[in-house]
Amino acid sequence: MSELFPKLPLDRWVERLVQYLDEHFGLVFDVISAGIGSTVDLFSLIFTSLPDWLLIIGFTLLAYKVGRLRVALFTLVGLLLIANLGYWEHSMETLALVLTAGLISIVIGVPAGIWCARNDSVRNVVTPLLDFMQTMPAFVYLIPAIFFFGLGKVPGVIASVIFAMPPTIRLTNLGIRQVPKELIEASDAFGSTSWQKLFKVQLPLAKTTIMAGVNQSIMLALSMVVIASMIGAKGLGADVYRAVTQINIGTGFEAGLAIVIMAILLDRITQNMGKKKNVQEG
Amino acid sequence: MPKIKVENLTKIFGRQPHRAFDYLKQGRSKQDIFKETGLTVGVNQVSFEVEAGEIFVIMGLSGSGKSTLVRLINRLIEPTAGRILIDGEDIVGMNAEQLQQVRRKKLGMVFQKFALFPHRTVLENVEFGLEVQNIPKKEREEKAKNALALVGLSGWENSMPDQLSGGMQQRVGLARALANDPDVLLMDEAFSALDPLIRKDMQDELLELQTTMQKTILFITHDLDEALKIGDRIALMKDGAIVQIGTPEEILTNPANEYVEKFVEDVDRSKVLAAEHVMKRAETITLDKGPRVALQLMKDRGVSSLYVVDKKKRLIGVVKADAVNAASREAKTLEDVMDREVPTVSANTLLNEMFDLVAFSDIPVAVTGEQNRLLGVVVKGAVLGGLAGKVNRKTPSDAEEERQVMAGE
Ligand SMILES: Nc1ncnc2c1ncn2[C@@H]1O[C@H](COP(=O)(O)OP(=O)(O)O)[C@@H](O)[C@H]1O
Ligand SMILES: [Mg+2]
Repeated sequence: MSELFPKLPLDRWVERLVQYLDEHFGLVFDVISAGIGSTVDLFSLIFTSLPDWLLIIGFTLLAYKVGRLRVALFTLVGLLLIANLGYWEHSMETLALVLTAGLISIVIGVPAGIWCARNDSVRNVVTPLLDFMQTMPAFVYLIPAIFFFGLGKVPGVIASVIFAMPPTIRLTNLGIRQVPKELIEASDAFGSTSWQKLFKVQLPLAKTTIMAGVNQSIMLALSMVVIASMIGAKGLGADVYRAVTQINIGTGFEAGLAIVIMAILLDRITQNMGKKKNVQEG
Repeated sequence: MPKIKVENLTKIFGRQPHRAFDYLKQGRSKQDIFKETGLTVGVNQVSFEVEAGEIFVIMGLSGSGKSTLVRLINRLIEPTAGRILIDGEDIVGMNAEQLQQVRRKKLGMVFQKFALFPHRTVLENVEFGLEVQNIPKKEREEKAKNALALVGLSGWENSMPDQLSGGMQQRVGLARALANDPDVLLMDEAFSALDPLIRKDMQDELLELQTTMQKTILFITHDLDEALKIGDRIALMKDGAIVQIGTPEEILTNPANEYVEKFVEDVDRSKVLAAEHVMKRAETITLDKGPRVALQLMKDRGVSSLYVVDKKKRLIGVVKADAVNAASREAKTLEDVMDREVPTVSANTLLNEMFDLVAFSDIPVAVTGEQNRLLGVVVKGAVLGGLAGKVNRKTPSDAEEERQVMAGE
C-alpha cells in the first residue's frame, strides 16, 4: 500500500504555507501581536494595580446588578477565598487573558454570525469550518500561534480566540434565523432597510441566544487560557501546569479551585447579563 | 385611475418556475402541475382593479393563495410574472429603495397573528413605520398616539404587547398600519385569530373607521360571512386563480359556477339579502279609479289589497278588499276608504331587519325608493324563499312573467 501510494506530504505543505505567511505578512502579524498584547496588558494593569478589596467589592456589586443575591454572595466568598489562598494576582492575569480573548471572539464572532444568518452560501462555508475549529484538539492551535507570534500571552490569546469563537458565531446565526418570519415580514412591510431590520428587530430578538453563545465562548476561552500556559501565558494555568509537572497535589488543587471559582463566576455573570436585559425589555 | 391594478399576476413556488407557464396556459390543474413538475402554483394569472376608497375582499379556502396574493402586492413575495400598479406605478420593476418608499408611504399591513414586536412597547410598535423613516421622535410619538386613539387604545402606550388581549393586540396592529397614514391597507386574515364576538366588534369598528378614513382596503378572509359584511366587492379564489369577482349580492345571487354556489350555500343570507332581492311586483291602482274597478282588479290578480299610487308611482296608501267592498255599497271613493298607514321598507333594508314587520303585517310590505316611489312588495313567503336561495336574478319590473300571488291573506 505505502509503496503504491506514497504518503501525501501534508505536514510539509502546512509548514511551507505557514512559513510563506510569516515571510510575506510578517508586518500584519506584528500589528496584531501589538494590539492583542497591549489589550491584555491594559486589563492586567487595571486588575493588578487596583487594590484587591476594591475589585472584590466592584465584582460583587456587578454580580448583584446582573444576577441575584446568591450570585453576589458567591462572588464575594469566592474572590475572598482566592485572595486568601494567594492566587489573586494570577487570577487577575487569567481574567485579563479571558476577557481579551472573549472580547475578540465577540467583535469577530457576532458580525460573522450576522453574515452567516443573512447569506446561506456564507453559512454553508462557515459551518464546516467551525466544526473543524472545534473538533481539532485545542493545543494544536498553539503550534502555528507560536510560530507566528512566539511564546507568551499573544499566541495564547489567539489560540483561545480560535477555539472559543465558534459558539458565538453559531448562536448569533441561529438567534437571527430564529426570529419569527412574521416579524421579519412586518419589518419589511413597513419599509425598513436591511440595517434597520437588523438593529431594530433581529438583533434585539436574537439577544438572548447571542448572549448564550458569548457565555459559551467565554467559558471555552477560560479553558484554553489554562492550556495556553504551556506556551508561556501567565496566570492560574501556569500554576496548575507547574504543580502537575512537579506532582504537587496540594498546590494543584488550590490553583485548580481558583480556576473553578473563576469559571463559575464568569458563567453566572455572563449568563445573567443576557437574561436580565431580556426581562427588562419584555 | 384605479388605486391598485393587478394584471396577470402569477406566483409559482419552486426551482425554475417558468416550467409551469405552459401548463398554466393549457389550463392544467394545480394538482397536475405539482405532480408533473414539483412546482406549487401560489397565484395563477390573477387580474383585478381596486378603486380608491373601496374595500376589496379576497376570499377562499385555506391554501387557495390569498396570503401569497396579498404579499405580492407589497412584494414581500416576488412575483413570477405579471404587473402590479399602485397609482399607476408598476412596483414590480422598482429597485429596493423605491419599493421601500412605496411601502412606507402608501402600503400599511395588518397580519393574522398580529406580528407585533415583542421587545417594543405598544407605542414603540405603532411608531415603527415612522421610525424607519427617521421622523423626529416627538412627531412620531404624536402620530402614534393619534393612531392608538383611533383604535380606542389611549392609555396603553407603555404596555408590552403580551400584556394585551388578542383583540387589543390586533388594534395595535391596526394602529401601527394607520400611523403612517397610508392610502392602502393590506389586511391578511386580520380578524381570523380573534374570538367571534371580538371579531364582530372589530369588523364594525373597521367599517366605522372606514367611513371617515376612506382607505383602499385589501381584506383577506376565509370567512364568507365576514367577506359579505365588509366587502364592497369580493374576489373568490380557488387554487390560486380568481373564480369570480362581484358585489356580495352578485356573488350570492349570481354564482359564476358550481364552486361558488357551493361556497355560498350555507351563508346567512338574511344578513346580505335586501328587500330588493326578494320583492315582487306590486299591484297598484290610482285614485281616479272607482271601487268597482278596484274590486275587479283584485279578482283578476287574486289579491286582497292594492297599493294606491299617483301618476309618478309615488306611494299614497293601500286599499283592502273589505273596505273597497263597503265603499262600493255605500258609494264612497277609494280615497275615503284608503289606509294611509302602510308598512314600508327601503330597497336596501336587509332581510334580518324586516322579519318582524313582514311577519306581523296583514298586507304585503311596500318597498319604496327615491321620492317614495313604489318599487315592489315583499310577501311573507318571499322572505323565506330568499333565505332558501330563491332570489330575483332581475329586477321585478322586468319580470312580468314572475307576477304571482301578491297577498298572503
Ligand atoms: N414559501 C412557499 N413555498 C412553497 N409553497 C408555498 C409557499 N407559500 C405558500 N405556498 C403554497 O402556495 C399555496 C397558497 O398558499 P397561501 O397563499 O398561504 O394560501 P392561503 O393564504 O389562501 O391559505 C399553497 O398551496 C401553499 O402550500
Ligand atoms: Mg393565509
